[in-house]
Amino acid sequence: MPNLEHSRATAPIAIKVSGLRKSFGSHEVLKGVSMTARQGDVVAIIGGSGSGKSTLLRCINFLETPSGGTIEVAGQPIAMKDDGTAKDKKQLEQARQSLGMVFQNFNLWTHMTVLENLIEVPVHVLKTPKAEAITRARALLARVGLAEKETAYPAFLSGGQQQRAAIARALCMNPKAMLFDEPTSALDPELVGEVLQVIKALADEGRTMILVTHEMRFAREVASHVIYLHNGVIEEEGPPEELFGAPKSDRLKQFLKTVG
Amino acid sequence: MSGVEAIAAASALDLLALSPPGWGATLLAGLGNSVIIALGAYGLGFAIGLCGAFGKLYGGPITRDLLAVYTTIVRAVPELVLILILFYAFTGLLNQALLSWGMDRVQISPIITGIVVLGVVQGAYQTEVLRGGILAVPAGQIEAARAMGMPSVTLARRITIPLMTANALPGMANLWLNATKDTALLAVIGFSELTKATYQASATTKAFFVFYPAAMALYLLISLTSTFLIGRLEKWARRGQRDVRG
Repeated sequence: MPNLEHSRATAPIAIKVSGLRKSFGSHEVLKGVSMTARQGDVVAIIGGSGSGKSTLLRCINFLETPSGGTIEVAGQPIAMKDDGTAKDKKQLEQARQSLGMVFQNFNLWTHMTVLENLIEVPVHVLKTPKAEAITRARALLARVGLAEKETAYPAFLSGGQQQRAAIARALCMNPKAMLFDEPTSALDPELVGEVLQVIKALADEGRTMILVTHEMRFAREVASHVIYLHNGVIEEEGPPEELFGAPKSDRLKQFLKTVG
Repeated sequence: MSGVEAIAAASALDLLALSPPGWGATLLAGLGNSVIIALGAYGLGFAIGLCGAFGKLYGGPITRDLLAVYTTIVRAVPELVLILILFYAFTGLLNQALLSWGMDRVQISPIITGIVVLGVVQGAYQTEVLRGGILAVPAGQIEAARAMGMPSVTLARRITIPLMTANALPGMANLWLNATKDTALLAVIGFSELTKATYQASATTKAFFVFYPAAMALYLLISLTSTFLIGRLEKWARRGQRDVRG
């Protein structure tokens, strides 16, 4: 797809990670990882367990404190102190508000109904008028097929419904990019499809996203760029058809054989 | 009912009458004082406990150390001793200081003393109960709020505290019932709460078997009312949770 490759080269940069390192104690999980997501990119990060793929994603919005390197969100490097924590709380909060994060375990707030979950940050942090936030939330719930569930509490929804609600909650912030951290790993197999369908629809409408996933077929289908992470370094990266169709490194070949 | 019993019943009612020579008003005033002190102490304890819990969990090393010293010492020393220390030693020291600066001595009101002493004690226990409640909040839910750029004060107010409430309520309810009964300890500094009032009434009339059961009934009344209200609070706090009884 020449068009896609063209836009990859020229669209403004949404997220840029440079030389990212992260250690937990003496264990170095990320050993200098650099990646760029331009607007409209769908970057899939794949790799075995312990390869550092979730840590990489979580460093982007500083849920993990980087041990080194830099993170840029929408062209703005996030200022860091020597210990890797963000220097400017306000700046970090704004960067986070522009990144919609979806977790493996949904993490909906259990004391709020689905609708309350969706409008919480728009109303109480972004100060959107409540009526406006509700209208928007209802439209998003309809999009993810949960219009009927707005008054339900998360504990009474299936995993697939909870994850779709969590995606809608992230979308309520109107984020510049979405971060998905293994969004289907905690789901029963029969519920995976409904969540992937929602994610696919977001990719199709040109949303920027970074997706950590074990679903290789899905990664191949939606991603514009795939990164294979092994032992904290990028072992191989490129367009999905190359990475999945003609992997170069032995490790990736081996990995695809075991998961595929 | 025999004649003797009838006379005894009638005199018991007379003794408990609201207007003198009945002691009912004294007992009720004592009850009122007990409730005021319990409420004040519990409220002060809650303010201390909330700050203490967040301080212990998220504070710097110095904050954490100071709070550890506070909760350790207060929970180690009998409340009675703390009451005596604060009331006598503290007022004594304060007045010595005031006199040496050429000022008049002050009398610290027993109600303030009661609230402060019991509040400081409550604060230490509540710090631990609330800390446990916060620790039991699923980390993912706090992380989700953080990931959405929620400032920490909003996060505490909108997410952590509401989620913690359900976890902390049983322990907090115990502490409230303790607070209502610990007010009786203030009798030792001559404060006229329910126990002291009961003692005065029965010492004067020798009708111990009238006044102590009456006091018991009043304490029970506080406890039953509290249990009812706490039950409703707990139901509200657990909204959204599945019933574990299945």
